[in-house]
Amino acid sequence: MASGIDIVLQGVLLGGLYGLFAAGLSLIFGVMRLVNLAHGDLIVLAAFAILALVNGLGWPLPLAVVVAAAAMFVVGYVLQYVVLNRTLGRDILPPLLLTFGLSIFIQNGLLEAFTADSRRLSAGDLETASIALGGGLAVGVVPLLTFATAVAVIVALNQIFYRTAMGRAFRAVSDDPVTAQLMGIDNRRLFALAMGIAMVVATIAALFLGIRANFDPSIGPARLIFAFEAVIIGGLGSLWGTLAGGIVLGVAQTVGASISPEWQLLAGHLAFLAVLLVRPRGFFPRAID
Amino acid sequence: MALLETRELSAFYGDFQALFGISMAFEAGDTVAVIGANGAGKSTLLKTICGLVATRPDAVVFDGRPIGGLRAAQIMQLGIAMTPEGRKLFPSLTVEENLLIGADRRKGSGYWRLETVYELFPGLEARRTAAATALSGGQQQMVAIGRALMSNPRLLLCDEISLGLAPVVIKDIYAAMPAIRAQGTTVVIVEQDIVQALAVANRVYCLQEGRVTLQGAPAELSREAIHEAYFGH
Repeated sequence: MASGIDIVLQGVLLGGLYGLFAAGLSLIFGVMRLVNLAHGDLIVLAAFAILALVNGLGWPLPLAVVVAAAAMFVVGYVLQYVVLNRTLGRDILPPLLLTFGLSIFIQNGLLEAFTADSRRLSAGDLETASIALGGGLAVGVVPLLTFATAVAVIVALNQIFYRTAMGRAFRAVSDDPVTAQLMGIDNRRLFALAMGIAMVVATIAALFLGIRANFDPSIGPARLIFAFEAVIIGGLGSLWGTLAGGIVLGVAQTVGASISPEWQLLAGHLAFLAVLLVRPRGFFPRAID
Repeated sequence: MALLETRELSAFYGDFQALFGISMAFEAGDTVAVIGANGAGKSTLLKTICGLVATRPDAVVFDGRPIGGLRAAQIMQLGIAMTPEGRKLFPSLTVEENLLIGADRRKGSGYWRLETVYELFPGLEARRTAAATALSGGQQQMVAIGRALMSNPRLLLCDEISLGLAPVVIKDIYAAMPAIRAQGTTVVIVEQDIVQALAVANRVYCLQEGRVTLQGAPAELSREAIHEAYFGH
């Protein structure tokens, strides 16, 4: 019994990581209907950026994360303003092609710069620390921190969306980009801002990705799949739904892994398909669309 | 000098030409009615003025400055607000948020703010936290007009504000016009409902198939002249 609870608990916490992967994806799809196929690779890029600051310049991890997040904000802003904005329109194919190309570009660029070696971010003693919950249960501090951060990120994004003038503009543009222009809103800048914020979230995801496990330049697309599944399970346009989607995926994977290690990824994908069968629009689709 | 002039304005949708050399002048403080049948080019004219349809720079001159072909967001910030056809409220925003977003990029230095818009349209304040699309059609139209007023525009463009509304509701909406004009705002009303438009306007333009077929003060124009300009032969 205890092991059953343990498996679900670990799955929920793993879901926090998937929620972090997916939050940025969910945000930019929500604002500008852009499907970013390079999202996973951008997370990996952020992880290497943190790594380079820590290993190359010898900076402490927290400082490196803050600086990497700022740099990734600029990368996201410029990427959207200069490149991706040109591809947005009635045809959904150009942004897909462009971000697909960007994905390949980032992977190979990272391969050149950092080789194919597996790397990780070091968080010292934190990595192995755990908290005993009694009854033979224990949770790792890092998974717990990951989950708490995911919740904090989604609370923060919701505050931005529903409590600020910028969030009001995000929702308006998402509803009706043409009429938003009549309100004096420059869609190009607003989209760039959304991508910048998504890249800050991606950097936070990269931190926990790098502490939890090894990463190398090729793992981006798999993270993208997890992020996609979390977004779809949760329902397009809902940030809390995205976290819930991450949790469903995480629990399915840990349950699958407890049956057989080979089942871990497959169980996640099967859970995704099962949800699609029962709730084609996910659990919490936005009411208006 | 006129507040806004169109000079030989032409507009296209792809290969289709919707407007042919339209020249108009709106003086500050005017209330101008632009009338015409369906497809005459009235909405296209407003969309061109507010930057949603491209044209050459000097085809639209606002306060002495060529603004044709500027982005809609820039034109709004210069003081031209639009109440689009079909209201186009933001469904994800509450009534109050719909009003506030009108003032996010330009507040102007004028009379209109939340309190004064609620005074103008008394029913709205009680519904301020409701989703904008939960309101009745008439109230939605009031929100759309209020949203445009929130930027304290110098020129207010109203596209078919009576469309799909009951006559008694239309009367309520047009009752707001004197208060809007009292702030010195120039108003351009595009309508298919000629009677309503002529009642509030001091200048009328009639469009037919993308060309101006009649213009003047409403009192000077005979019913027959308007009928002919509206429907053609």
